Amino acid sequence: MSLNKAFEIANTALTANSQRLSTVASNMANAESVAGPDGEVYRGRKVVFEAFSLPGSAKDAKAVRVKEVVTDSAPGKRVYDPKHPLADADGYLTMPNVEVVDEMVDMIAASRAYQTNVEIMNTTKTLMQKAITLGT
Amino acid sequence: MIGRINDEFNFNAQALQLRSQRQEVLTANLANAETPNYKARDFDFSTALKEATGGGKAIGSAMTVSLARTQTGHIAGSSTAGLPVAMLYRTPTQDAIDGNTVDPDLERGQFAENALRYDASLRMLSGQIRTMQTVMQNN
Repeated sequence: MSLNKAFEIANTALTANSQRLSTVASNMANAESVAGPDGEVYRGRKVVFEAFSLPGSAKDAKAVRVKEVVTDSAPGKRVYDPKHPLADADGYLTMPNVEVVDEMVDMIAASRAYQTNVEIMNTTKTLMQKAITLGT
Repeated sequence: MIGRINDEFNFNAQALQLRSQRQEVLTANLANAETPNYKARDFDFSTALKEATGGGKAIGSAMTVSLARTQTGHIAGSSTAGLPVAMLYRTPTQDAIDGNTVDPDLERGQFAENALRYDASLRMLSGQIRTMQTVMQNN
């Protein structure tokens, strides 16, 4: 029954979007981190989605997965704070290149996508349950 | 006699099969709502149903399914999934920068409608089965 595959495809979208949400969480948590334990400043990360064929499903119905997690190469923000213990000789701190507003937008988009796919799974589940009681 | 019963159920059975196939395609569109360069797909249900029930000429081919090959030497098995349908591309109302053509609102609407019609086909088929059972009972 093809509905099984519809269920699995929605499931892959849940996995992909929850990974995207964790990436956003990581970015937001580190938005104010001055320097990590290795002395390097935190760089924002973004997930890139990719469509792929699920084994056993039709060629034209693609599932989704995270292709890669790219690190934002933009330079960190420079903040003037001479009293900070980690400030450099000129009194500047290097802050992560995370834009909190961008992250919020991404978070809302990811949670909406997650929600949509949960609804799809619920609908598909109901249909499957109805199909197994056919003729009774 | 069995052939007659088969014919009786055929129409709704084909409709149900096509509805579940379309459900898979629409789910794939929604799952890939934010995948760069993904193009939304769909097929024309009425044309596919006409073709499946023998009332139209074949315009599509069955969706193919291939086996995942993890080792060289694995045989490339391929099969067909479901009924032949002509897969089309959705025309986007507004272009996205990343080349994605999924309109989530449209897809959701289509998804809800398709789910409802799947349910309707299921009920009709169920009704036919019940009618047949009533006929077969001898008291």
